[in-house]
Amino acid sequence: MQLNLEVNGQVLQADDVWAGESLLYVLRERLGCPGSKNACEQGECGSCSVYLDGTLVCSCLVLAAQAEGRAVVTVEGLAGAGLLHPVQEAFLAAGAVQCGFCTPGLIVATHDLIARNPAPSDPEIREALAGNLCRCTGYVKILDAVRLAAEKAATS
Amino acid sequence: MDIYRPASWSEALEVKRGAPESVPLAGGTDLMVDLNFGRARPQALLDLTRLAELAGWDRDNGRVRIGAGVTFTTLIAELAPELPGLAIASRTVGSPQIRNRATLGGNLGTASPAGDALPPLLAAGAEVEVASAARSRRIPLEDFFIAPKVTALEGGELIAAIVVPVADGPQQYSKIGTRNAMVIATVSFALALHPGRRRVGTGIGSAAPRPLRATEAEDFIGGVLAEHDLWSSGAPIPEPASARFGELVAAAAQPIDDVRGTVAYRRHALAVLARRTLAWAWSDYRSAA
Repeated sequence: MQLNLEVNGQVLQADDVWAGESLLYVLRERLGCPGSKNACEQGECGSCSVYLDGTLVCSCLVLAAQAEGRAVVTVEGLAGAGLLHPVQEAFLAAGAVQCGFCTPGLIVATHDLIARNPAPSDPEIREALAGNLCRCTGYVKILDAVRLAAEKAATS
Repeated sequence: MDIYRPASWSEALEVKRGAPESVPLAGGTDLMVDLNFGRARPQALLDLTRLAELAGWDRDNGRVRIGAGVTFTTLIAELAPELPGLAIASRTVGSPQIRNRATLGGNLGTASPAGDALPPLLAAGAEVEVASAARSRRIPLEDFFIAPKVTALEGGELIAAIVVPVADGPQQYSKIGTRNAMVIATVSFALALHPGRRRVGTGIGSAAPRPLRATEAEDFIGGVLAEHDLWSSGAPIPEPASARFGELVAAAAQPIDDVRGTVAYRRHALAVLARRTLAWAWSDYRSAA
């Protein structure tokens, strides 16, 4: 099966896609976008979080064929080439990255949170990130980073 | 494995008629896990995410008709005033990413005894609207679930919508699991007060082969409220009556021992949840009166 989808603003074509493949697999293995991470493949960890037509989803739970003709934004597409988005800068500044595996998903989920709720309370941050697991358990710094990102967004 | 991607509801029903073995796929939050782990290899998938007919809800004549493709995020954002019990349950589903994709129709079609939407829909008296290329019919929700992951859908039928009476009184839902988010229920319980009909509705989750109503408990507590005319006086429910209500709910369950909990724990927890949700809902009713 051949699929056409828009990824980070570019229309891309994936060939030889098996009907049961996930969007995550197609992004990573066929379209050269390895930013979204593959860990649990069951929607538990959030490492594969992307936007699908502007909605935050786990790309491992989207059948690739469901994304045909739709717009996907991955962590690679949040800022311009070679640049960092303020959410990414906040994670660096706060020391919220340990092994880094959960970071892309947390960045996209935080980006979505701040777009919906520019001044989230701590319980709102915890609720918004409930589907993103950090097995280094670096949540204190991650929460620091989200607060910092919200502050930066408010003052910019 | 084939994949069908119909662009309209009528086309979807035609596909299902021609390929009754095709497995419907909406948000993918259950089925994709089985595909990713190689546990399911259906002959064909039937993608329902392009069907505008399933994506919305409307309110008509005291009922809300919710398209099968409506997500939990939408239920929370748009339907809390009409269906508060369902909205409470929806907030306990998965994570934002899951709630953005998972659909009400999918929760019914998967027919897990632990489906979070199912107890509040039972308590509210919901019906399922199913359709095939030939006809459409409505099934009371309590008759829709046959066994774990088995529904009353016949070959060629798809879930079109869920039809739920608008809440006529307070509704509650409570769920026990190992953490607050991303968790499957060990047990859950939903309760709806129906002051207009002088009835109490219930729904039990994760404690039987299928989601259940506790009809004996409903009759009992309805009788207590009527006997003492508590609906009019708004007086507190006598403690022995709420305790008995909890016992009857626990007795209605048919739990099993599994990795999430034991029979004894599930029965005990259900009695607690039943008393608690009754107290919350009754408190809401009294303060609104």
